[in-house]
Amino acid sequence: MNRKISHSPFRHRLLTGAVLLGFLVLAGRVAELQLLDHDFLKHQGEARHLRTVRISAHRGMISDRNGEPLAISTPVESVWANPRELLPAREQLPRLARVLGLDSDHLLRLLTRRKDREFVYLKRHISPQLAGQVQALEAPGVALQREYRRYYPAGEVAAHLIGFTNIDDQGQEGLELAYGDWLRGEPGAKRVIVDGRRHVVEDVESIRAPRPGKDLVLSIDRRIQYLAYRELKAAVRQHNARSGSVVVLDSRSGEVLALVNQPSYNPNNRRKLHPARLRNRAVTDLFEPGSTLKPFVIAAALQSGRYTVHSRIRTSPGLFQVGVHTIHDVHDHGTLDLTGVIRKSSNVAAAKIALSLPPEDFHGVLARAGFGTSTGSGFPGEADGFLADYHRWRDIERATLAYGYGLSTTPLQLAQAYSVFANDGYLVPVSLLRREQPPRLRRVLEASVARQVRRMMETVVQPGGTAPAAAVSGYRVAGKTGTVHKAEAGGYAEDRYLSLFAGMAPASRPRLVMVVVINEPRNGEYYGGKVAGPVFARIMAGALRLLNIAPDDVPLLHTRARSTEGPA
Amino acid sequence: MSSLLGGSREDASRRDWQHILHLDAVLLFWLLAVSVFGLFVLYSASGQDQDVLIRQLVRLAVAFGAMLVTAQLRPQWLARWTPWLYGAGIALLVAVLVVGDVGKGAQRWLNLGFVRFQPSEMMKLAVPMMVAWYLADKRLPPTGGRLLVAGTLIVVPVLLIARQPDLGTSLLIASSGFFVLFLAGLSWRLLGGLTLFAAAGAPILWHFMHDYQRQRVITFLDPEQDPLGAGYHIIQSKIAIGSGGVFGKGWLNGTQAHLEFLPERSTDFIFAVLGEEFGLAGILLLLLLYTFIIMRCLFIATQAQDTYSRLLAGSLAMTFFIYIIVNTGMVTGLLPVVGLPLPLVSYGGTSMVTLMAGFGILMSVQTHRKLLPT
Repeated sequence: MNRKISHSPFRHRLLTGAVLLGFLVLAGRVAELQLLDHDFLKHQGEARHLRTVRISAHRGMISDRNGEPLAISTPVESVWANPRELLPAREQLPRLARVLGLDSDHLLRLLTRRKDREFVYLKRHISPQLAGQVQALEAPGVALQREYRRYYPAGEVAAHLIGFTNIDDQGQEGLELAYGDWLRGEPGAKRVIVDGRRHVVEDVESIRAPRPGKDLVLSIDRRIQYLAYRELKAAVRQHNARSGSVVVLDSRSGEVLALVNQPSYNPNNRRKLHPARLRNRAVTDLFEPGSTLKPFVIAAALQSGRYTVHSRIRTSPGLFQVGVHTIHDVHDHGTLDLTGVIRKSSNVAAAKIALSLPPEDFHGVLARAGFGTSTGSGFPGEADGFLADYHRWRDIERATLAYGYGLSTTPLQLAQAYSVFANDGYLVPVSLLRREQPPRLRRVLEASVARQVRRMMETVVQPGGTAPAAAVSGYRVAGKTGTVHKAEAGGYAEDRYLSLFAGMAPASRPRLVMVVVINEPRNGEYYGGKVAGPVFARIMAGALRLLNIAPDDVPLLHTRARSTEGPA
Repeated sequence: MSSLLGGSREDASRRDWQHILHLDAVLLFWLLAVSVFGLFVLYSASGQDQDVLIRQLVRLAVAFGAMLVTAQLRPQWLARWTPWLYGAGIALLVAVLVVGDVGKGAQRWLNLGFVRFQPSEMMKLAVPMMVAWYLADKRLPPTGGRLLVAGTLIVVPVLLIARQPDLGTSLLIASSGFFVLFLAGLSWRLLGGLTLFAAAGAPILWHFMHDYQRQRVITFLDPEQDPLGAGYHIIQSKIAIGSGGVFGKGWLNGTQAHLEFLPERSTDFIFAVLGEEFGLAGILLLLLLYTFIIMRCLFIATQAQDTYSRLLAGSLAMTFFIYIIVNTGMVTGLLPVVGLPLPLVSYGGTSMVTLMAGFGILMSVQTHRKLLPT
């Protein structure tokens, strides 16, 4: 090693120069980035960590008339991912899938299919506990989003009326759809700082506070709704019926206190849901009212002045020829007064009366009572019903109209029409929302006529009437049965019926109007009085008690009370 | 201060602490200065993680310890053991390819049972030592035949390491060997020829590259073409540096770094954290400290008393420079992405120990000089 050293000072100086030059170039580059591109890059940086985030707004609550909740929104979290960030961290997927309860392969396919997107929902509406677990995984590109899940405490009981929202909180059916704009809030926005994994680190400022949706107060009384649903469900099952509906109205205000259908569904779990179960039959389904229309014939007769309560109509021999058609009664009722026509539900008498009245008078009563016109309840898909123009009525049509064929109505429309008898001749427009002011009434009948027909309808539930089973002890009940042959292609079915009962109580000063429709009872019984009547009685008894409505049939109550208070 | 800049004449007759410990005070001062500055940046880059800071302190202690040890080894002693070190290194590199552990997709580690060991780190020192030893044996400048042998001594380990694959380290080792050749008097004509050969060989090199390496070159040429994928690192680090401005956002206040947009922020991309939080001022300060270190090292090389020491010292100084330039060039988008840490600042252990051992050799060269009759 003691060899002569070869110095090369030039090359050392060259290297020194190269080092200085290298650092100079580097410093120049840094200066370029920090001085010349500073604003641009600063903006780019902010664009990456400052985000505007949507804040979901709380959807308004739907409650019954007493404030009991029927649809409420609870905050939940939804898990979403940016596939471009999550896919590179593929090894995280099995753990993520396990926490979310998803299949790992399915998750991978989901992400791969949308690998060019920046937003994919992984699982929506999960519980806060689960959301915490997801957050703890710290998987890249996975984040949470606050959303609201709709919950329906009344479940199937009010499903048709309330409807439901989809997962994006938008109304799909029922009042959720009809009052979507009212219930929906306005989403807010805020500026936040996010980190490289898109996790929100800090809120910077609120740009716009979310405006929560407004609450909706329905006319429904949840207690009566439950009661009606329970009784209807039991009856539909008992008679093996295809479907059924019940509408209960407050006859003074027109508010719908209960509106139920069978079959129903659970709006909180809509998997495996058959579309037929979705229909709010009480509002959307039309039927021919049958004998429940007869009180309007009698009312038109009294209103015309051609008849009085004492007028008598001969119905023997229970047959009546109109052109080539023959109208039947079930029995030969002989000669009936108007009360008897209602009580025995004579088709022959009703047809004869109808044919004796000017068509425009008869039509006028029906049209003013709301047949053929939407009730204006605002429910999506509400049917108008059908009432033909009297100019085109032929005799047979006038005759069959008298016992309720050749026009169609909905349970809600029929209940509204019956409010005319309950309100001494005034029609009260129905409402699905709680009314803060009394509605504008429309006169349909003379007060005396309405009262007379109501009194006649009381005989229906008395011994000898068509529906003793519809009687409610302690209260006077006025009503009318209907047993309708169902229309089918080419005529009327011989063996398929609609069993109806429409009525009101207490008959002295009615407070409640109710329509019960049982569609196709298939266990032998099908007369309206026997199938729909008992349902009416049970619901009406319960509703009257729930609403604390004073009995108006005290002697009966008295004897009954004594009998139940006997030695025990 | 002038003595710190290394201009002072050494008075070797004084038996001061520098000669007892065989340490060069000037170099030691600047090395410590960079290390302390680096700890501040790392503390911020790690998200104020005290564990990281403590682990880095331990590593620094180990690295400075290694420096202290190598500084005691006389250059003559080093020269004697150089061929053995080199031979052992080549054997270990082959072993790694056969039985090495895989870490982060590359086969770099050799598990010796008690310690995991990266032979390529050893070669960072062994290659320039070997080439210097070989060339210093005969008169310089070397003849063509000797150059060919020296070239082979460089290319074999470089290729072995490139196969692991570890592009950064093989690049460093290639340049360390090259600088020995350059300082030994590689003729300018040959240098020109090599440059031409390299230019012509680039397409061939491209052909042999791994996909990820090709991707890095493409990304370097146009980072915006894939902003969320391969170009992400570069775009984010440019944003981090650029948003720093002249004086930076302040220590611990960098958004790109702390919000985790910046990848590898405490290791390879820590320079961007420095740029974001300390601005141009901070970067110039660090570059200045680095310059002092390199200048001192080159100065030591010119003062070396034998050819082996001079070639080795010069090569180590320039390799340190290449280290810095490759890392900072990558972070600022001047050079393609090559995974090398920023020396003395980045979080990480093994390479720092090797680096400081290299500085130990430089100190040994400086402090084992015999007094020359003037």
